[in-house]
Amino acid sequence: MDFVVLGQLLNTTLVFSTALIFASLGGIFSERSGVVNIGLEGLMMFGAFAAAVGGYYAQDAGMGEWAPWVGVLCAMAVGVIGSLIHAVAAITFKADQTISGTVINFLAAGSTLYMVKLFFEGSGETPLIDGFSKMAIPGLSKIPVIGEGIFNSYPTTYLAIILVIVIYFVLFKTPFGLRLRAVGEHPSAADTLGVNVNKMRYIGVMLSGLLAGIGGATITLTTTGTFAHNTISGQGFIAIAAMIFGKWNPLGAFGAAVFFGFSQAIRNYVQLFEWSKSIPQEFIFMIPYVLTIIVLVSAVGRSSAPKALGEPYDPSKR
Amino acid sequence: MSRLRKIFATDSYIVPLVAILLGFLVGAIVMLFGGYDPIAAYSALFKRVFGSPYDFGEAIREMTPLMLTGLAVAFAFRSGMFNIGADGQVMIGMTAASVVGIKLGGVLPSFLLVPLAVIAAAVCGGLWAGIAGYLKAKRGINEVITTIMLNWIALFLSNYIVRTFLLLQGQNRSEDNPASLSMTFLFSTFDNARLHWGTVIALAAATFFYVYLWKTKQGYEMRAVGLNPHAAEYAGMNVGRNVVKAMFISGVFAGLAGAGEVLGVFHYQSVFAASPGYGFDGIAVALLGLTHPLGVILAAILYGTLTYGSAGMSFGADVPPELIRIVIGSIIFFIAAQGIVRWVLKPFYFKRKKEKVL
Repeated sequence: MDFVVLGQLLNTTLVFSTALIFASLGGIFSERSGVVNIGLEGLMMFGAFAAAVGGYYAQDAGMGEWAPWVGVLCAMAVGVIGSLIHAVAAITFKADQTISGTVINFLAAGSTLYMVKLFFEGSGETPLIDGFSKMAIPGLSKIPVIGEGIFNSYPTTYLAIILVIVIYFVLFKTPFGLRLRAVGEHPSAADTLGVNVNKMRYIGVMLSGLLAGIGGATITLTTTGTFAHNTISGQGFIAIAAMIFGKWNPLGAFGAAVFFGFSQAIRNYVQLFEWSKSIPQEFIFMIPYVLTIIVLVSAVGRSSAPKALGEPYDPSKR
Repeated sequence: MSRLRKIFATDSYIVPLVAILLGFLVGAIVMLFGGYDPIAAYSALFKRVFGSPYDFGEAIREMTPLMLTGLAVAFAFRSGMFNIGADGQVMIGMTAASVVGIKLGGVLPSFLLVPLAVIAAAVCGGLWAGIAGYLKAKRGINEVITTIMLNWIALFLSNYIVRTFLLLQGQNRSEDNPASLSMTFLFSTFDNARLHWGTVIALAAATFFYVYLWKTKQGYEMRAVGLNPHAAEYAGMNVGRNVVKAMFISGVFAGLAGAGEVLGVFHYQSVFAASPGYGFDGIAVALLGLTHPLGVILAAILYGTLTYGSAGMSFGADVPPELIRIVIGSIIFFIAAQGIVRWVLKPFYFKRKKEKVL
């Protein structure tokens, strides 16, 4: 394997990881505030759908290169609206958070396809649109391997990497982050200190909708170009796995997302090798999932979920 | 009898009923926004299910795996675990039933072959789920992540086994399976709808669920672990063993669903392009049924009726069948967020109390 292939592999890895990075960052916001978010899959579906529809109409209106960004904005808005369903049920009405997250997945699967059929005369798929094009960073993109691999990516990939760092600082170095984590660890103590628990949780869940929405948008705007029933197919659940794998830490989740992206990308490249022909393809497909379990088994330390995760806050029980 | 009255006297059934009504209402509003006629759509839905013996039989066929995967998710839930892996366990069950049925088809007489295939499906489904239980008990690994991973591994493993050992020449599916769970004696009554013994197995499984969890010591321990593992441990219960056992039983239910589909409905196994989604329907059914076996049966009936009927809705009123997922999602939403339902009901309660005073 020469360096060109290595660079391409790195590049494909990042393409597949980007959506997972956004969605798992979203999951971190919600779960750090104490609200389980099984609904990431549905929120990504909302985002992917909104990006496809918004991008299509923006392109139709002649917005050219800006059209995909309109798609991203729509995805953010629809993601937030979708997450509000979860927030209202789980925070205000104290519903079981696993259940209301599942509701999001159901409503998203149903309503997005319903609307696609409504908007596009019964078709099960949105029309193909031009998504983002890759953006070479002057200078840096000339570095061997890394230049091709990292500095010649979609704008969404750059955004994802920047957000990982920003969110890490927001969570661990700002008062807002401290409050958010406090309501997820010990809500009654946070309440005593004057932090509005429910407000912080609403913010956490809405940020998760926003970020998962961008994650979904990334898939339509860089990979598929359309939205159909199988556009997301499990990516949201993989993002949940990445979040848990990364121990609810943005840097950890980033690593896990890249790991999953890499194992998705490697499928295309393993076939270049002669030895791979003797291995049934199914076993190559299995690699990421088996590897995840092996890594989890051998990793030291138990998973460190926020302590109040899944518990509705009831001030009278203090 | 008095217990039965107690169940129906409290509002434990009013909330789900109102939730169902509200769910249909949301569906109707969404249809009106889309410019469709909700009354025509809903009547087409029910006409599809109850209109002909064939469709009625097929609707029952549709409900069967829902009951079993619903029980699987509900059983794990009762023991404090979220089993997202019913999908993979169904696939492993299918594959076990296919391997046993096809490989031993010429060797064993059918009265031995069929039970053996069913048992293989149940045990393999149970062991597959048991992996997640074992990893949780021994290493503290979150079962959500392992069951998601195991779903994918099950998909690829099943495809590998079918493609390598069971393939029908030139097709993307296995040979025909000589083991059959079909209820052939009912075929003429239901106009050849694919009814099978899996439905009876599902009802038996629900009975087992109830008796085991509420009438045995082991079931009591399991519920205790589900409610509070720390307290259970303090009381001298072996939490880890209960976790593994609960996941095993949960997987057995899912494996049986796989056996029913392969041996009762299709009589062969396809190479799947993507996860078939049985497990995710199971999550919805378990939640709709409030994780109680009787509730799960009722929820599977509702879910099966709605999904099977949704095809009729699109023929009869041109409504996209995906609408039904909005209805189901809304019903689960209202059941989960009972506060909303009680808020809707509040004026009625108030009135009733007033009448009593008068």
